[in-house]
Amino acid sequence: MTVGEAVVRCLEAEGVELIFGYPGGAILPVYDALYRAEIKHVLVRHEQGAVHAANGYARATGKVGVCVATSGPGATNLVTGIATAYMDSVPVVLFTGQVPTGQVGTDAFQEVDITGVTLPITKHNFLVKDPAAVPSVIKKAFHLARTGRPGPVLVDLPRDVTGAKISFQYPEKVELKGYKPTYRGHPTQVAQAARMISESTRPVILSGGGVISSGAAPEVVRLAETVSAPVASTLMGLGGIPGDHPLSLGMAGLHGTRYANLAITNADLLIALGVRFADRVTGAVEKFAPNARVIHVDIDPAEIGKNVRPHLPIVGDVRRVLEALLPLLPPRKNEEWLAAVEGYKREYPLKYGRENGLKPQYVVERLSAATKGESIIVTDVGQHQMWVAQYYCFKHPRMLITSGGLGCMGYGLPAAIGAKSGRPDRQVILVCGDGGFQMTMTELGTLVEQRLSIKIFIVNNKRLGMVRQLQEFYCDKRYSAVDFEFCPDFAALAGVYGISGYTVDTAAAFDTVLDELLAKEGPALVNCLVEPEENVLPMVLAGRGLEEAIS
Amino acid sequence: MVRHTLAVLVENNPGVLARVAGLFGRRGFNIESLAVGQTENPAVSRMTIVVEGDQRVLEQVVKQLRKLVEVLKVQDVTKEEHVDRELVLIKVNAEPAKRAEIIQIVEIFRAHIVDIGRKNLIVEVTGDEGKVNALENALKPFGIRELVRTGKVAMLRGAKEITASEGNSQEERSFPFER
Repeated sequence: MTVGEAVVRCLEAEGVELIFGYPGGAILPVYDALYRAEIKHVLVRHEQGAVHAANGYARATGKVGVCVATSGPGATNLVTGIATAYMDSVPVVLFTGQVPTGQVGTDAFQEVDITGVTLPITKHNFLVKDPAAVPSVIKKAFHLARTGRPGPVLVDLPRDVTGAKISFQYPEKVELKGYKPTYRGHPTQVAQAARMISESTRPVILSGGGVISSGAAPEVVRLAETVSAPVASTLMGLGGIPGDHPLSLGMAGLHGTRYANLAITNADLLIALGVRFADRVTGAVEKFAPNARVIHVDIDPAEIGKNVRPHLPIVGDVRRVLEALLPLLPPRKNEEWLAAVEGYKREYPLKYGRENGLKPQYVVERLSAATKGESIIVTDVGQHQMWVAQYYCFKHPRMLITSGGLGCMGYGLPAAIGAKSGRPDRQVILVCGDGGFQMTMTELGTLVEQRLSIKIFIVNNKRLGMVRQLQEFYCDKRYSAVDFEFCPDFAALAGVYGISGYTVDTAAAFDTVLDELLAKEGPALVNCLVEPEENVLPMVLAGRGLEEAIS
Repeated sequence: MVRHTLAVLVENNPGVLARVAGLFGRRGFNIESLAVGQTENPAVSRMTIVVEGDQRVLEQVVKQLRKLVEVLKVQDVTKEEHVDRELVLIKVNAEPAKRAEIIQIVEIFRAHIVDIGRKNLIVEVTGDEGKVNALENALKPFGIRELVRTGKVAMLRGAKEITASEGNSQEERSFPFER
């Protein structure tokens, strides 16, 4: 069979049911094989849409997302999405076409050194020159993408390689001598963690994306309940503990809740699980958790000690480490500490003014109540994303799909397409700003073509709200290039695609539309004209510590 | 700032040097010298990388290198008894009247003259950094036209070996930090 056909057989062997892509000359043999294949191919409108969709699919399902593009521009259009997946440790395997091996290096038509370009933003990548090696490379690619710290892996396939004939055999084992992730925490370190927890009277758990990807959410809740430790989540960790759990502190960090940040600042022990201590979480790192000893559990040794020096490092899979740790922990009450944390919650709740028009926070709060925190919420990047993180009460893991590390505007719509494709059983809601939506709204075509019942809420302030907010604080309100003087009528635009469109500008109108919409099948778009100068608060200014937030 | 010499065993694949060099550039680590070549096993290449930085930088360098899929083993040889050598070629001005003096210096350093031109010589010297620097200083007054160094290579003394056969141990991977 041709290597193109072998690629499809490999995907079948990996259990792939759905791929996202865009064809072209250099990838023809793969598309020729897909013509007869059972695997469903979703044709997007731009390659960036394909990789974000694969990302949304992977995050909603826990499976590996797969994406295909041609050489040159097809491949470079993936770059932003690859970086997005890399920063958030999302398992994605990407196939790109390449010019024939004989032309590689000659600046041929549609040639780009995509393995060179993506070197710093992939977990690993391959340029396959030997047709017979393709199956074993694909086996490695899936293994690398989904194991250890997950991430994107790119396989570059020259045109003559995919056109060549091989006798197909999918390897059973992966041979990667230099790749041995450590899953099991070292027993002496785990025992030491138990001792440190038993010595602590003011523990806080910081729960990150690693908790979601390792499936450790139930163990985190058990840990919190056993040792009476409140749980602050990073943006990537939301849903690790139900948002309405008494021990949940919501999101920590620059736009985190005051009570999460105060708990971290006053803690005597920080149990950091599957986090990388990103700058958006720590604020000024020298003022972060100043009173706490730190236990840092992560599967990636390079994350330990990179930003915050832990007192106790544990390299391992969060779930495996907690499974080993939990039996060593006698229950603790920490009544005084929990009372203090309750005090922070009472004294510094999330709040916003209800005067003037439709408030963006209200939109999210109502969505949360109407869906009971049971919908998959996909966001774009900016103010609306932070309001979702603050006001949507996530009940389960894998319910928030958002670009955290890269902060990639334009992620929302294609990621929602991927999420709904992977979880057709779930209500999928996209909350998006008017800026980010206009970056990738071409994918409305894909959404309609795939008959995906996605509800889109555009939090429309007719400007780049987060940048405006930054300019308010850091540039003395010199608002530079943040107002859209032209903004399309998004409801009418939806109509062009055959999607029901609504425009609302009051809380009452929003309520009416929301109840009607959520009951109905099919896609819909609600253009929410919100109070334009609303800020995301609390906010920790640059160079400040977490407890210095303004609200 | 402390200098560390790392032995890095990598799969002998195209592009692996770019991955390693790119990592150093991207993460802002300074490479002082880098030498690469095949080992006793042709599928494995060994890089000797001299890197400057404090303990924290070194720890990140080692961890980030170990993350690369084609990197089989990373070891800091500076921590142990080791031998290190560098080969340097120096083209030095050598008018006939000055040659005897240069030859004397070369002999003192147990270096070799490997080429003689009408007005210059090429001196080959092998040794550790101190020896190479001393010879360079001794030849400077004659006028050094060109100097090329291979970069340092290093090996542990005695029975200790750095081979790719089992990679970094479980213990090393669990404790990639100072205890």
